[in-house]
Amino acid sequence: MSSVAAIFRRELASYFATPIAYVFIVIFLVAASWLTFSFGSFYERGQADLNSFFTWHPWLFLILVPALSMRLWAEERKSGSIELLLTLPIEIWQAVLGKFLAAWAFTAIAIALTFPIWITVNYLGDPDNGIIFAAYIGSILTAGGYLAVGSLVSAVTKNQVIAFVISLMASFVLLLAGFEPVLNVLAGLPQVFVDAIASLGFLTHFQSISKGVIDVRDLVYFALLMGACLYANTIVLQLKKAD
Amino acid sequence: MIECHGLTKQYGRLRAVDDLSFRVQPGEVLGFLGPNGAGKTTTMRIVAGFLPPTSGRALVCGFDIESQGTEAKRRLGYLPEGAPSYPEMTPRSFLEFVAAARGMRPEKRRQRLDEIYALLHLERVLEQTIDTLSKGYKRRVGLAQAILHDPEVLILDEPTDGLDPNQKHEVRELIRRMAPNKIIVISTHLLEEVEAVCNRAIIIARGKILADDTPHGLEARSRFHNAVSLKLAKPDQVAAARKAIEGLKEVESTEVDSNTGRITAFPARGKLPLAAINSLADTQRWELAELHLESGRLDEVFRSVTGGATA
Repeated sequence: MSSVAAIFRRELASYFATPIAYVFIVIFLVAASWLTFSFGSFYERGQADLNSFFTWHPWLFLILVPALSMRLWAEERKSGSIELLLTLPIEIWQAVLGKFLAAWAFTAIAIALTFPIWITVNYLGDPDNGIIFAAYIGSILTAGGYLAVGSLVSAVTKNQVIAFVISLMASFVLLLAGFEPVLNVLAGLPQVFVDAIASLGFLTHFQSISKGVIDVRDLVYFALLMGACLYANTIVLQLKKAD
Repeated sequence: MIECHGLTKQYGRLRAVDDLSFRVQPGEVLGFLGPNGAGKTTTMRIVAGFLPPTSGRALVCGFDIESQGTEAKRRLGYLPEGAPSYPEMTPRSFLEFVAAARGMRPEKRRQRLDEIYALLHLERVLEQTIDTLSKGYKRRVGLAQAILHDPEVLILDEPTDGLDPNQKHEVRELIRRMAPNKIIVISTHLLEEVEAVCNRAIIIARGKILADDTPHGLEARSRFHNAVSLKLAKPDQVAAARKAIEGLKEVESTEVDSNTGRITAFPARGKLPLAAINSLADTQRWELAELHLESGRLDEVFRSVTGGATA
């Protein structure tokens, strides 16, 4: 486990050693607040909750997370440092896990930095902080889901632009699977199918958690999604380390 | 010990490494020689556990690099081609990361890292990011990473590439100092490096071993081995001298460099023409500007063994 920890620390530090961290955090915070206050009508709704804030997270992550995850493996491959990393006495899954956890911790930091809006809503009214806490958990889990998909895609190619585009498309499909307008189009199909498709989507589970109920099924969904992606990630690296 | 049994690596239709088998014992410094694309890097990547072979197996200190990879890698230090690292890190943070990932305990880590910084003269650049370092320093950071855990086996892919002559000398000194109780495999296309540090050389081309010998043994294969070259002070004597030398029974043939007037006399099989030529020069009263015995030329052996192969 100490190797996972070593890789985790190195990766997390490297975000802050380059402009990536600061650009990502600033853009995320600006975009999140702008969407909340303009399109989300934070004030006009006159309600002491953060619905108009969290509702945008899955859409923001759709763009921002692939930009973060595209470099995870593609860059290692391109610079050749993958050869160094994978000839250390560690298992491939440890490297995959260490890098993923670092990226996830980094997005969690970015998400946590939105705390002023939580202070604001508490100052303005008397929100249910349990729901807000659950929504933060949901948001972090959703970001983790996107990251796992992006990490897998990044292992397939050494071209970061391709990694970005493909992860964005894959995440978009996973997002739409739980998006109501899409589900309405599918309404002609038997309900079992519609439910099955909806249950594969990020939105379904994110929305369910952000209502304040942390259901085991939603946690299992994210755990399975991340586990499957990272497992596939390990296999992909094993098969095509050098190409 | 490193043992390779029938290593083969196939890339589509290209067979980069073709049924290679060899063993390397402690104390050996093995130079891997070959034209570009001969399969040197691929072989090293397989032995270092980065690439799986298509068939065959490699054992490092008795551990199979595929099925017992982690155990094997613990005993192995590897400098990949081009000495890749993480450009945004400083040498200090990079080497601390490698030490931690290798599971070195913190108290041991500090002491060992200080030794390594001194050994590779990295103290001056420890806090600078790696992408701002010169090629020589980058290479030394790569070497530091490879020898950090004092491994039993060292695999160095072109360790002196891009270094200036002083730095090359230092790296070779370092390799020589570590050599007695380690197994070291280096790849290079610099023949002088083989002479300087290796006690065994394998020449490969198109994925196959073409020669496996000591550097002296390889030199002995050269037609220049035991040849004598001489230069006369008076150029007008060259033609007559050449004729006289060709008349000796120890001499197979001669060549004259038309620019310098240097005569090279190649020995007849199993003969040493130096003494005969020396006494001939005495009796003929040639004024010699130069006379010396050739030990053999590795570059010539390399060319004849690889058949001028470029791929």
